[in-house]
Amino acid sequence: MTDETNDCIIFEDVSKFYGEVLGVNRVTLSLPAGVTSLVGPNGSGKTTLMNVMTGLIRPTRGRVSVLGMTPDDPVEFFQAVGYCTQFDSFPRSVTGWQFIYETLMLHGVTRAQAHQLTGEALERVGMIEPAHRQIAGYSKGMRQKIRLAQAIAHHPKVLVLDEPLNGLDPMARAESIALFESLGKQGMYVVISSHILEEVDRISDRVVLMTSGYVVAEGNIHSVRQEVREQPMQILIRCSQPALLASRVFAMDHAVEAKLHGDGRGVLVRTRDVDAFYMLLNRIASEGLVSIEAVAPADDDVNSIYQYLIGWDGGPA
Amino acid sequence: MNTMTNTLASQPWRLWTSQLGTIVRMELRKNFLTKRGFWIYLLAFAPVPIIALHAVVDRRTPLRDDTLVLAGIFQFYYLRLAIFFGCMGIFTRLIRGEMVERSLHFYLLAPVRREVLVLGKFFAGAITATAFFGFAVASAFAFMYMGHGPAGLQYVFDGPGMGQLASYLGITLLACVGYGALFLALSMVFRNPIVPGIVLLGWETINPILPGLMQKLSVIFYLRHLTPVDVPAEGVFALLTVVTEPVPAWAAAAGVICVAAVVLVFACYRSRGLEISYTTD
Repeated sequence: MTDETNDCIIFEDVSKFYGEVLGVNRVTLSLPAGVTSLVGPNGSGKTTLMNVMTGLIRPTRGRVSVLGMTPDDPVEFFQAVGYCTQFDSFPRSVTGWQFIYETLMLHGVTRAQAHQLTGEALERVGMIEPAHRQIAGYSKGMRQKIRLAQAIAHHPKVLVLDEPLNGLDPMARAESIALFESLGKQGMYVVISSHILEEVDRISDRVVLMTSGYVVAEGNIHSVRQEVREQPMQILIRCSQPALLASRVFAMDHAVEAKLHGDGRGVLVRTRDVDAFYMLLNRIASEGLVSIEAVAPADDDVNSIYQYLIGWDGGPA
Repeated sequence: MNTMTNTLASQPWRLWTSQLGTIVRMELRKNFLTKRGFWIYLLAFAPVPIIALHAVVDRRTPLRDDTLVLAGIFQFYYLRLAIFFGCMGIFTRLIRGEMVERSLHFYLLAPVRREVLVLGKFFAGAITATAFFGFAVASAFAFMYMGHGPAGLQYVFDGPGMGQLASYLGITLLACVGYGALFLALSMVFRNPIVPGIVLLGWETINPILPGLMQKLSVIFYLRHLTPVDVPAEGVFALLTVVTEPVPAWAAAAGVICVAAVVLVFACYRSRGLEISYTTD
C-alpha cells in the first residue's frame, strides 16, 4: 500500500453500468484532502460516483479506495467516512436525537459518548431545539440538516455530501458552506456534489466536472481554466484610464474583445493568449501611462468553465 | 485448530454484540409501532375473541373436545396459516421493506458488518413474531380453559395443560425462527417475495407426500413432531397432520434450528453483495 493510496481517495478506472445504462465510465481520480466539488447536471454520474465510493453500489469495473480502505471492511471504513445522501427518507418513528444517537451507538461508543457527540452534531447544524421532535414532522431544510448532523457526528476524516444545499434557506446555506469550508481547512476530505455552482465554487480546492458519466475535467479550478485554451479568457482590469488601455489592447492580435466596464472604471478584456496579455499589461504599467488598480480573471469560475466544456450554464438541469 | 481458535478469539465480539443489541432495539421499535403491521395483529388474535365467545356462550362442550379444538386451531390455523403469513409480513419487511421505504442505506453506511445487520434484524423479527403469536396462542389457551371453571383450572395446573401450553409456545417460537429465516432469505433474493412465499406454502403443505429426504428440507416436518395433542383429522386435513416418520422432540427442535441456521448463513452471504438501488425497487 503506497503513501498516496493511504492519503487520497482513489478511483481506478471505475465504471458502473445499470444493465445497459451507463452510470459512470472509466473514472480515474485521486482526491487529496480539502474540498472537492463534483459538478454536473442531473444524470452526469455524481451520485453514482459517491455511492460507489461508499459501497452502496459496487463498481462494474475498477476499484475505489478511501485512505487505503474499502467498504468491504465497513467497521474500519465507516469510522472514517460520513455520507450525507440525498435520499430524503428516514427510519420510521424516530426523533432527530434518536436518529443520530442510535447511529453513534452502532459505532460502538458508550452511551455517554453517544450523548455528547449527538449534542455536538446537533448544535453544529443548529438543530438542538427541534431534536426531540419526530423527523416525520420536520421541514425539508430540517431533514437536510439532520442528515448532515448524522454524517458529521462521529467526526469522520472523509465527508461525502450529495447535494447538501438542497432545501436550505439562504441563511442555512451560508452556514452550511461555512461549515464545509472550515472542515476542509481542518484537513478533512470533503467531497460535495451540487448544482449550485457559484456557491460551491467559492470553497472548492478542486473541481471534478462530469457529464453523461464521464469526467471531462478535474483539478484546481484555476488550472482547469488554463487548460481550456481554445476559449478566450476574460480578464477585468481596474485602472485609471480604461479607454486608453482598451485601445492598446485592441492593437494586439490575441485580443478578441476589449470593452469598458459598466461603471466606467475598468476594462473587460477577452484574449486568446493570456501570457502575452499580461506582458503587455506590465509594459503599459511600467510606462506610467495607466495606473493599474486591480487585475482579476472574470471567467475562471466553475460555471464558466462548465459552459465552455459542455455548453451547460450551471443551472439546475 | 489452534489458529482457528486464535482467529475467533481475535474478532471484535464485544463490538458486534453491542451493535446487535442496538439493531435489535431499533428494529423492535419499528416492528411494534408500525401501522402497516396491523393486519398481523388481526391475523394473530382473530381466533381469540371467537374462543372467548365460545367459553361464555357454550359451556356444555366437554373439556376433552375443547382440547382437540384448540389443538386443531393451533395446527391448522396458527401453524399452517397465521404464523406462516405473519412471518412473511414481518421478515420480508426487514430488508426489502426498508429498500422500498428508502431507508436501508442508513444501516449500510454505519460501521456494521452486513452479517451483524442481518442477524440483528432476524433476532428482532423473531422476537416480534414470537411475541405476537405467543401472546395470541396463550390468550386462546387461557380463554379455552377459563370457560370450564374449576375443571379447566385443574386441567391446566394439575393436569397436562401447562405442558401443552409450553409445547404450543415452544412450537410457536421454532416456527417463527424457521419461517422467519426463510422469508428473510427470500426477501434478499426476490424483489417481490410473495410469489416464492406461496410456492413455499405449497411445499410445506405437500411435505408429507414427498420422499423422506425432501421432507426434511422444510420447517413443518419438524414442527409436526412436536405438537402435544394429536388431531384426529380426516380427508384432506389428514394430510396436514399425518406423521410419516417419528422423530424425537429434541431432534425435531434441533432440525428447525439447523434449517434456520443454514438459511441464515445464506442470507448473510447474500447481504455482502447487497446494493442500494432504490430506483429499481
